[in-house]
Amino acid sequence: MYEYLLLLIGAVFVNNIILARYLGNCPFLGVSTQLDTATGMSAAVVFVTTLASAVTWILQTFLLTPFELEYLRTIAFILVIATLVQLVEMFLQKSVPVLYKSLGIFLPLITTNCAVLGVAVLSIQNEYSFVKTLVFAFASSIGYGLALILLTGIRERFAIAPIPVHLRGTSLGLVTAGILALAFMGFAGMAH
Amino acid sequence: MSVAKEFTKGLWNEIPPFRLVLGLCPVLAVTTAAKNGLGMGLATTFVLVFANLIISLLRNIIPRKVRIAAFIVVIASFVVIVELVMQAYFYPLFKVLGIFIPLIVVNCIILGRAEAFASKNRVVPSIADGLGMGIGFTLSLTFLGAVREIIGSGTLFGHPVMWESFQPFSVMVQAPGAFICLGLILALMNWISVKQKKR
Repeated sequence: MYEYLLLLIGAVFVNNIILARYLGNCPFLGVSTQLDTATGMSAAVVFVTTLASAVTWILQTFLLTPFELEYLRTIAFILVIATLVQLVEMFLQKSVPVLYKSLGIFLPLITTNCAVLGVAVLSIQNEYSFVKTLVFAFASSIGYGLALILLTGIRERFAIAPIPVHLRGTSLGLVTAGILALAFMGFAGMAH
Repeated sequence: MSVAKEFTKGLWNEIPPFRLVLGLCPVLAVTTAAKNGLGMGLATTFVLVFANLIISLLRNIIPRKVRIAAFIVVIASFVVIVELVMQAYFYPLFKVLGIFIPLIVVNCIILGRAEAFASKNRVVPSIADGLGMGIGFTLSLTFLGAVREIIGSGTLFGHPVMWESFQPFSVMVQAPGAFICLGLILALMNWISVKQKKR
C-alpha cells in the first residue's frame, strides 16, 4: 500500500508530467486560458490516459513481448490510442450524452497529446505491474490536470493586468509555467 | 509558388517552434545541451521529409475520412526507422533523448505539415516544405540548447566557453529554465517582428 502511495505522490507532485517530464505541452498552453475548458480537458485526459495505459499494457504483455514484436511498440500504441479515443467518443455520444457534451470537443485533440502515449511508454519502460500501471497513469493525469488548472487560474488574471505587448500570449504563459515548475521543484525528495 | 519559397518559409517566417508554437514537448525536454537539440532536430527533419514525401505521393489514394489515421501510420513507420538506426549507431544520444524519440510520432509539427501541406501539394514542393520546416526546427532547437547550455553549465557543444570564475546557473538545464528561456525567446521574436513591421 505504502509503495502505491509513494508512486501516487511521486507522479502527481515530484515528477509532474508537464512541469518535470515535459509531456503534453501543446494543449497545456493551448487550452489554459479559460477555467471551464481547462477542467474539461483535464477530465478527458484522466479518462483517456488511464484507459489507454491499461489497454497498451495488455497489448505489450500478451502480444508484443511473447511474439518478440517490441520494435512495433510505437506504431501499435499510437494506433491503439487513436482507435480507443474514437471508440470512447462514439460510446459517450450514444450512451452518456451529458458527459459527451462536456468532453466531446477535447477527445479528438487527445490523440496527439503526447502525455497519453508518453505515460503508456513510460509504464512499459519502468516495467510496472498492471496495478502499478493503472496507479501511475491515473496519478500522472491527475498531475496533468492539477498543473493545467493552476496555470489557467493564473492566466485568467492576465486579462486584467497591464502586460508589455511583446510578452502577451504564449510567451508569458511559458514564463509563468516556468515559475510554476520552479515551485514544484520544492516537492523534490518527497518521493520518486 | 516556387520551391525555394516553400523551403525558406520554414527558416524564418513560419519557423517552428518559435512562430508556429507546435511540438513543444521535445523542444523543452531535450534542449539541455546544444548537441541534444541538434540530434533531436535532425531526427525530426528526417521523419518530416520522408513523411511529407510518402503522404504527397499517396494524396490521391488515401480516402479523406481515414486520412489522419493513415498519416499517423506513415509517420510512425519512419519514427520506428529513426529509433532503430539511432539505437544501433548513436547509442549515447539515443539514451539521452529517451522517450522523446518514440514521441516524434505525436509531434504536432509533422502531422500539421502532412495535413496542411503534403496532402494538398505535389511531391517536390512537399519535400522542400518538409526540409525547410525540419531545418528551421533543428536551428531553433540547437539555438535554445546552446543558450541553456551556456548559462546552465558554462559550455557549448561540451567545450567550456565562459570565464574561469563563472558559476553555472544550473536551474537553466532543468525544467523551469526550459519554460522561461523559451518564453523569453518568443517575446524576443515578437519584438523583432514588431520592429520589422514599423520599418
